[in-house]
Amino acid sequence: MDLLLHQVFAGLSTGGIYACMALAIVMIYQAIDNLNFAQGEMAMFSTFIAWQLLQWGLPYWPTFLLTVTISFCGGVAIERVVFKPLKNAPVLSHIVIFIALFAILNSSAGFIWDFTIKSFPTPFGTAPLFGNGIISSHDTGMIAVTIVLLVLLFAFFRYTRIGLAMRATAANPESARLVGIRVGWMIALGWGMAAAIGAVAGMMIAPVVFLEPNMMLSILLYGFAGAVVGGLSSPLGAVVSGFSVGVIENLAGTFIPYVGRELKLTIALTLIVAVLTVRPSGLFGRILVSRV
Amino acid sequence: MARRNSQNWNNLRAALARPQVILTVVSLTIAASLPFAVKNFILFQLTLAMVYAIAILGLNLLTGFNGQFSLGHSAFFAIGAYTAAIMMDRFDVAYYWTLPVAGVVCLAFGFLFGLPALRLQGIYLALATFSLAVAMPQILKSTPLEPWTGGVQGIVIIKPDAPFGLQLSSDQWLYFLTLAVVVLMFSCAVNLTNSRTGRAIVAIRDNPIAARAMGVDIAYYKSMTFGVSAFYTGVAGALGAIVIQFVAPDSFTFAFSIGLFVGLVVGGVGSIPGALFGGLFVLFVPNIAEHVSKGLAGAVYGIILILVIYLMPSGAAGLVRLIVGKIARKSARQN
Amino acid sequence: MKHRGLRLLTVAAIGLALGMQSAFAQKKYDPGASDTEIKIGNINPYSGPASAYGLIGKSIAAYFKKVNAEGGINGRKINFISYDDAYSPPKAVEQARKLVESDEVLLIFQSLGTPSNTAIQKYMNAKKVPQLFVATGATKWGDPKNFPWTMGWQPPYQAEAGIYARYLLEKYPNAKVGILYQNDDYGKDYVKGMKDGLGAKAATMIVAEQPYETSDPTVDSQIVNLKASGADIFFNVTTPKFAAQAIKKAAEIGWKPLHLLNNVSQSVGGVLKPAGLDNSTGVLSSYYLKDATDPAWKSDPGYKDWLAFMDSYFPDGDKTSSFTVYGYTVAQTLVQVLKQCGDNLTRENVMKQAANLKNIELGMLLPGIKINTSATDFYPIKQMQIQRFTGERWESLGPVMNGEVRGN
Repeated sequence: MDLLLHQVFAGLSTGGIYACMALAIVMIYQAIDNLNFAQGEMAMFSTFIAWQLLQWGLPYWPTFLLTVTISFCGGVAIERVVFKPLKNAPVLSHIVIFIALFAILNSSAGFIWDFTIKSFPTPFGTAPLFGNGIISSHDTGMIAVTIVLLVLLFAFFRYTRIGLAMRATAANPESARLVGIRVGWMIALGWGMAAAIGAVAGMMIAPVVFLEPNMMLSILLYGFAGAVVGGLSSPLGAVVSGFSVGVIENLAGTFIPYVGRELKLTIALTLIVAVLTVRPSGLFGRILVSRV
Repeated sequence: MARRNSQNWNNLRAALARPQVILTVVSLTIAASLPFAVKNFILFQLTLAMVYAIAILGLNLLTGFNGQFSLGHSAFFAIGAYTAAIMMDRFDVAYYWTLPVAGVVCLAFGFLFGLPALRLQGIYLALATFSLAVAMPQILKSTPLEPWTGGVQGIVIIKPDAPFGLQLSSDQWLYFLTLAVVVLMFSCAVNLTNSRTGRAIVAIRDNPIAARAMGVDIAYYKSMTFGVSAFYTGVAGALGAIVIQFVAPDSFTFAFSIGLFVGLVVGGVGSIPGALFGGLFVLFVPNIAEHVSKGLAGAVYGIILILVIYLMPSGAAGLVRLIVGKIARKSARQN
Repeated sequence: MKHRGLRLLTVAAIGLALGMQSAFAQKKYDPGASDTEIKIGNINPYSGPASAYGLIGKSIAAYFKKVNAEGGINGRKINFISYDDAYSPPKAVEQARKLVESDEVLLIFQSLGTPSNTAIQKYMNAKKVPQLFVATGATKWGDPKNFPWTMGWQPPYQAEAGIYARYLLEKYPNAKVGILYQNDDYGKDYVKGMKDGLGAKAATMIVAEQPYETSDPTVDSQIVNLKASGADIFFNVTTPKFAAQAIKKAAEIGWKPLHLLNNVSQSVGGVLKPAGLDNSTGVLSSYYLKDATDPAWKSDPGYKDWLAFMDSYFPDGDKTSSFTVYGYTVAQTLVQVLKQCGDNLTRENVMKQAANLKNIELGMLLPGIKINTSATDFYPIKQMQIQRFTGERWESLGPVMNGEVRGN
């Protein structure tokens, strides 16, 4: 029982990482109706920028805010410079561009800051929260930040005009343009916000997994899984699924005999695919019915 | 009688004079004479590029022609490769039998995977196939399968020599074998896409509702295309295993799947000859990138990719179509 | 007559001496060697998941720059050609073939990673090109009977695990051992070495084995499981990133076992500092190289040479990472082999000299540790020193120990 509790909480902590990443992915999906493979690398690069600022002596919270701002501008810049000229290219070509971005960011980060791991500070402290080490204060803080982000995003999309405009742009760009929405800038805004959320995610994740250019590779996969299973149109779904994936994976690894430890990831992914076959639009996603 | 014969002869001449046929014959001649002109190492690279081209063609059938987005073809490549390796290493089967067997095994797996995948569209299918690609190395390493797969150590295969005592080096023989397989499989693909089945497959991509209204059995065609696509990639995997002489779980990570996808898009989605360009791209461009800058090889590769997409948004095949179209229009205007 | 005999003898002696000298002066070259240069090939992961190890390749390149600046080996400059394989076996095969068939190197040196080396081993032995001082501790590289052209360098993982096993049997015979290991060749090699070393007691002493994949973001779940198993000895077989995570998590959940850390991850700057120096206090490991961050070596001549090398030829290199010391020392070993070859730079002679290293001492090897090879012994370094981390530096615990390999 004790082990179960520990594994659940460990799963929630790791799940918090996935949930954070999943939020950034949902954000970009809402903006461009496509998955950005480079999301993780953008988050990693932002975290390196933060680390560099810290190395130059800036205290934590100013660094945090500055990094989020820089990432926002970076996201917008990437959209304007790289993607705008390719507006009319087929969807699959866009995906290749994401892959190219991934390669560029990963390689540059390794070149500038090399591949040895670096520790990244946390504003929440590393002491265990409840004495018996069931969960650390950083992990709790990370979960709290994720939930705050989730609430902010939800409110943004539901209750603000810009949020509505962005959803309209993603759903039907032509009609949105007809209604007077500046489609190009909506997309750029979406990119900027996704990059900013990614930066927050990176800065929350790095204290746990240590900062290095390859840190986001696997987390991106889990973030995708969480976002897709949750339903790509629902930030809440992404967060819930992110946490679930973390917990399920830990429980599978601990309690399934013989193959559980070796096939943790496979089991988690099989479950995800199974969920998708039962509910093809994800757990919380809006079911699209097309009348013929 | 004589008039019919001469008519047939004229038809044949016209057919042979078509530009595509001439191009194919010329390319084949060049390809067949290469082994006597270039070094063994370059042959090895070209053979590998052709292997990737077959795999990319498989992916093209599924994603390009049928519109089912797959990021998991490294898994089928792995299954094909391991089938060949296990047959050659554990059962002492001759290497040429491994190709069809690997293909059939992958056909079965592909079809089985295609069935539940029927319910998934677009991004969701992408994730499901991506999961397959990610899970495959783990499965290959797992302890229950270790007696067959050799676990993390992988399996080492002996390179076959040229048969019938032909005066060819191993590399030359493998090149010819791969070339023959390429010719065979590409012509089958051309036949498939030009047939009723092919039209049904494309119709499903372009407008599934209209296709269903026209009586096309969507479920059957989609799963079947998955199977055939896996067949192609499986054969490529088996060939790849023979050429590299080694299979290990680390050879088949999802990075390879991404590479195949890049090859597909760069070659031209929905274009069969484009797969050849894709294969060459996937093999040689990373080397070029490394040549340009050792430390920033990945960044150079990414920049090259972006430039390629700028210049050829629809891949190499798209560019060729554009140029041919411009020339045709110009000559039509002149006439 | 006596004079004539004496004259004949003198002429014969002079003739013999001249003849011998010309035999010695006869230069023998295989592809890659010439009067002016020696081409050395290398395959390293400069990109991909193992890119952290690319630092080794860069250190070696810098050292060869130094050797060339100081006149080369027997007057010949080293042409070091290093290619990236992104830790992918097919790519490694391609790069190896490129080096041997296109660049025509004399030998391939320090190719990194067990999968990559396994992929090229048969090819290298078939082509009779030395696959020298491979950058992996997998035990299977010391097999001169089956693979006479392949040789390892660092102490084999099984030998290191064996040393820990002996230590445990001596000091903690009733302990419970929990193992965290990377689920690949390297991890499993260590586990085998530990099991073989504990012998009959392995079944009772080892209470938990937790694998992890390099694709896992954290090893937190495994650490929780290990603590729950009741183990009081933690055998930590992880690469640097995961080692740091493991040390940190163990401290976080209040688990304080006797911590045995494999030497792949014993870098103070690269692992212990990020994990927390307090958390790492008391960790045991074993090593064969001097730790560059240890103030005890400040006035040691071997260390001063290394520091001078880093400052002049590799100023960007990370002085806190043990990879730079590793690269420096293994490059020195190759230089020794090539020097011993003299003017006979055939591949066969390279392997012969590599199998003929007797009590070689190098600047950054720990005192008492020497390089030794023979025709039947393809493990150049077999000795290690058990060390304990004091919170600031590694201090030696006991004498230099010899690692044994109980067979594959």
